[in-house]
Amino acid sequence: MSDHLVLAVALDGAGWHPAAWRDAGIAPGTVFRPEYWVDQVRQAEAAGADFVTFEDALSVAGPERPGRLHGRLDALQIANFVARRTSRIGLVPTTSVLETEPFHASTQLATLDYTSEGRAGWKVQATRPGESANFGRRNIVFDIARLGTPEGQEQLRRLFDEAAEFVAVVRQLWDSWEDDAVIRDAATGRFLDREKLHHIRFEGSAFNVSGPSITPRPPQGQPLVTALAHQEIPYRLAARSADVVFVTPFGEEDAARIVATVRDIEKEDRTEAEPLRILADLVVALDASPSAASDRLDAWDALDGEPYRSDADIVAASAGELADRIEALRASGIDGVRLRPASVHLDLPAIGEQLVPELRRRGLLPAAPATGPLRERLGLDRPANRYAA
Amino acid sequence: MTRPAKRRLRLAAGVPGVNHWTVWGAPGAGSQIDFSTFEHVARTAERGFFDYFFLAEGLRVREHKGLIHELDVAGRPDNFSVLAAVAAVTDHIGLVGTASATFNEPYDLARRIASLDHLSGGRAGWNIVTSSDAFTGANFRRGGYLAYPDRYRRAAEFVELSRLLWDSWDGDRPGHYRFDGDFFDTEGWFPVAPGPQGHPVLVQAGDSGDGRDFAVGTADVVFSRHGEPEAGRAFRTDIRARAAAAGRDPESILVIPAVSVVLGDTEAEAQERARETQFAQVTPQTAIHLLEQVWGTDLSAFDPEGQVPAPPEAGEQLTQGQARRVDDPQAAARAWHAEAVEREWSIRELIVAKTTRHEFVGTPSQIAERLDDAAQTGAADGYVLSGSVVPHGIDEFVDRVVPLLQERGVLRTTYEHPTLRENLGLGDRPWVHGVEREEIAS
Repeated sequence: MSDHLVLAVALDGAGWHPAAWRDAGIAPGTVFRPEYWVDQVRQAEAAGADFVTFEDALSVAGPERPGRLHGRLDALQIANFVARRTSRIGLVPTTSVLETEPFHASTQLATLDYTSEGRAGWKVQATRPGESANFGRRNIVFDIARLGTPEGQEQLRRLFDEAAEFVAVVRQLWDSWEDDAVIRDAATGRFLDREKLHHIRFEGSAFNVSGPSITPRPPQGQPLVTALAHQEIPYRLAARSADVVFVTPFGEEDAARIVATVRDIEKEDRTEAEPLRILADLVVALDASPSAASDRLDAWDALDGEPYRSDADIVAASAGELADRIEALRASGIDGVRLRPASVHLDLPAIGEQLVPELRRRGLLPAAPATGPLRERLGLDRPANRYAA
Repeated sequence: MTRPAKRRLRLAAGVPGVNHWTVWGAPGAGSQIDFSTFEHVARTAERGFFDYFFLAEGLRVREHKGLIHELDVAGRPDNFSVLAAVAAVTDHIGLVGTASATFNEPYDLARRIASLDHLSGGRAGWNIVTSSDAFTGANFRRGGYLAYPDRYRRAAEFVELSRLLWDSWDGDRPGHYRFDGDFFDTEGWFPVAPGPQGHPVLVQAGDSGDGRDFAVGTADVVFSRHGEPEAGRAFRTDIRARAAAAGRDPESILVIPAVSVVLGDTEAEAQERARETQFAQVTPQTAIHLLEQVWGTDLSAFDPEGQVPAPPEAGEQLTQGQARRVDDPQAAARAWHAEAVEREWSIRELIVAKTTRHEFVGTPSQIAERLDDAAQTGAADGYVLSGSVVPHGIDEFVDRVVPLLQERGVLRTTYEHPTLRENLGLGDRPWVHGVEREEIAS
C-alpha cells in the first residue's frame, strides 16, 4: 500500500449530475471540443490528482430523454490527445470488452502508454445497455430486476468470465515482446531477436488469440488495469485481473465490509503479485456549507425533472467534511478515492482549491504530487515479463 | 493573358516501417515506436505544407518458414491512437490511418475516426484495407472467417454503415439508425455528433479490378504502388475511366501513389546515393530471404553474392502476414532467373533490381521539375513520400524541394482551409456514391 492516499478524478461529460451542463451554460456540442477535455485534465493535474478516468460506452444512454447531454467522444482518443497537452497525470480511459477485440484493445492501450510516456491506465468495463445491438453479433440483455436471481447471477458470471479472459489476453499481449526484443544487429542483419517475441496462443471459452502483439511492450510493462465493482462477481474479475478496484461504499462501516470481502476474494483468486488497490468512488458536490451543496443538487434535480441517483455515495459537503469522510474511509482500509465531481465547472475547481489543500494539511496527500510512471504512484513496480526466461 | 491554372501537387508523408525498404541500421535511424518519431515526421510534413500524414497497418507480426521474421523492422503503434496524439501537436496537416474493414466493427471504428475528426478540427482520414487470411485472423475473435471474394463486399457494407452512423444525428442529439445488410444487422444510436468534415476522407488502395471498382465506389483518394510516371498515368487513367463509367466526376477522386525520392547536389551524386540505399535495403540476409519468398524454397545455403540458383518446379508460400510481392511467383521466378543469368547478376544484385525502386532520383531542381511535370501530365494527383530512414527521411525533401515546388506554383504556401477534404481540393462535402452533393448539403 502506498504511504499516501491515492487521488483520482472521474471525468464524464460536464460532470456526473445530469443537469450540470445546463447550469454551466455550455452548448451541447462543447463535449466534442478538444480544449474542453484538455482544460479538465489540466485542472485535475494542477490539483495534484494521480490520475483521471474517462467514462465511455458503445451505446448512448437514454438517447431520447430531453434536457440531457447525450454525445461523447471515444475515451481512448481523448486520452491520447490530452497526453500531449499534459505532463504528469495518469490517463485512464474506459473501454467495453464484450463487443471489441482484445488484440486491438491491447495495442491501443500500449500506444497510449507510449504517447503519454508511461501514464496509461485502463478502466475495464464488461458492457453497457444497448451495446450488443450496435454490433449485431449477439444479444446481451441486462435485466436489472433479474440480476439478483440465480439465472441473472449465472449470466453475469459468464459475461465476467469472458471479460476476465479479455483482460488476460491484453496482459499477455503486452508481455509478448520482451523489453530487449529489438536488437538492430548489423552483423546478422537482424532487427529483432525472435526468441524475445512470444506467441501467446491463448485458447479461451470465448476466443483464441495467437499473438505476438504488433506493438512492443509498453513503457510501464503493464499499464495500470482498473475496474469498477459493486458485488462479488465483479470483485472476482478485479481480483483476478486488475491492479485497482473502484468500490462504492456508503459510509465507513460499509467500506470496512467491502474491503474485507475484496480481501477474502483476493486470497482465493489473486494471481498478480501485488494486492489490489481499493479506491472508493464518491460523487462530490463541494460548497461552503453542506446545506449550500445539497441545495445546489436539489435545484439541479428540479432542473432535470427527477432526483439524481448514483451507484456511489453522493457527498454534498464542505471540503473539510469531505476530508473527514475520506479520512474515515482510509481508516477502514480504503487506499484512495475516485472523486466524481457533480459538476466540472464548480466541483472540479473546488477539489483543487479547497479539498486538496485540506488533505495535504492532514498529511493524507504529499506536499507535491508524485511524478513518473502511473504504476509507481500506486506503489507498483514495473513488473517482470511473464515470458522472459 | 493569364496562364491556365496549374494542377496542384498533393503530398503525403508516411513513416517507413515494416518492410525491407526501411534502413534501420542507417546512421541517425531512430525509434520505430516512440511518439517522438511520429511527432517529428508529422511536424516536418506540416512544415512542408503536405496534405496528410499517413500510417500503414499490419495486424500480425510476419513469419517466414514458420518463424517470426527478424530482418525487417517490426513493431508499430495503434494508428488512430497515435493520430489522436499527433492531432495535439499539429494544426493543419491531415491525419490518415489505415484500418482493416475485416477485423474491425463499424460502430467501434466509426466512433474512433469521428472522434479524431473532432479532436483534429476536421483533419481525419481512413485508409480502408481488407484482409481475409486465417494467419491474421488468428489474432481475432472470429479467426479467418471471411471468404476471399467477400472481403470487398463486407468492406463496402462497412463503409455504408459507417456513413449512416456519421449522418445519424438529428440536430444536437443522436437519431435512431437501423442497418440490415448481408454482413451487419445493427441498430441504436451513435454517440458522436458529425465532425467538421461530416465524413472523414476515405482512402483506398485496391489494385485488382474488384479493388479498383471498390475504390471508385467508395473512396476520395486512391493510394497505389504505381509510382513510375508511365505506370501511374495508366493507372490514373483507368481509375478516372471507371469513375466516369460509374457516373462519378473523375475530379472527385485523387490518385496518390507511394514513391521514393533520392536527392543529391549533382545527378551523379543522387544516383550514387540511390544505389547505396538500395544495397542498404537489401542486406545479404534480406537478399536470401526475398529470393526464398519468390522461389518458394529454402535457400539458406546459398551465397548472396553468388550465382542465382534455378527456381524449383513448384515452390511453396513461405511468408505469411504480408501481401504477395508478385502475383504469380512461379512465373516471376523463371523470368527473374533468366534475367539474372543474362545480366550475370548475383542474388543480391537481382533482389536489388527487382525489389527496390527510387522513382525520383536527382537534384532538388530536377525533382521539383519532374514532380511538377507528373502532376501536369496526369501521372498522379500527388505522392506519398516516406524516405527510408526513421525519423528524418523526409527532412531533406522538405528543406530543399518544397520551396522549389512552391516557386513553381504547384504546392501551397499556406494551408487555406481547416479541413483535410477542403485542402485536398475535394470541396467541403463528402462524395457519397449515388447521392448528389446538393442532397447531402441540404
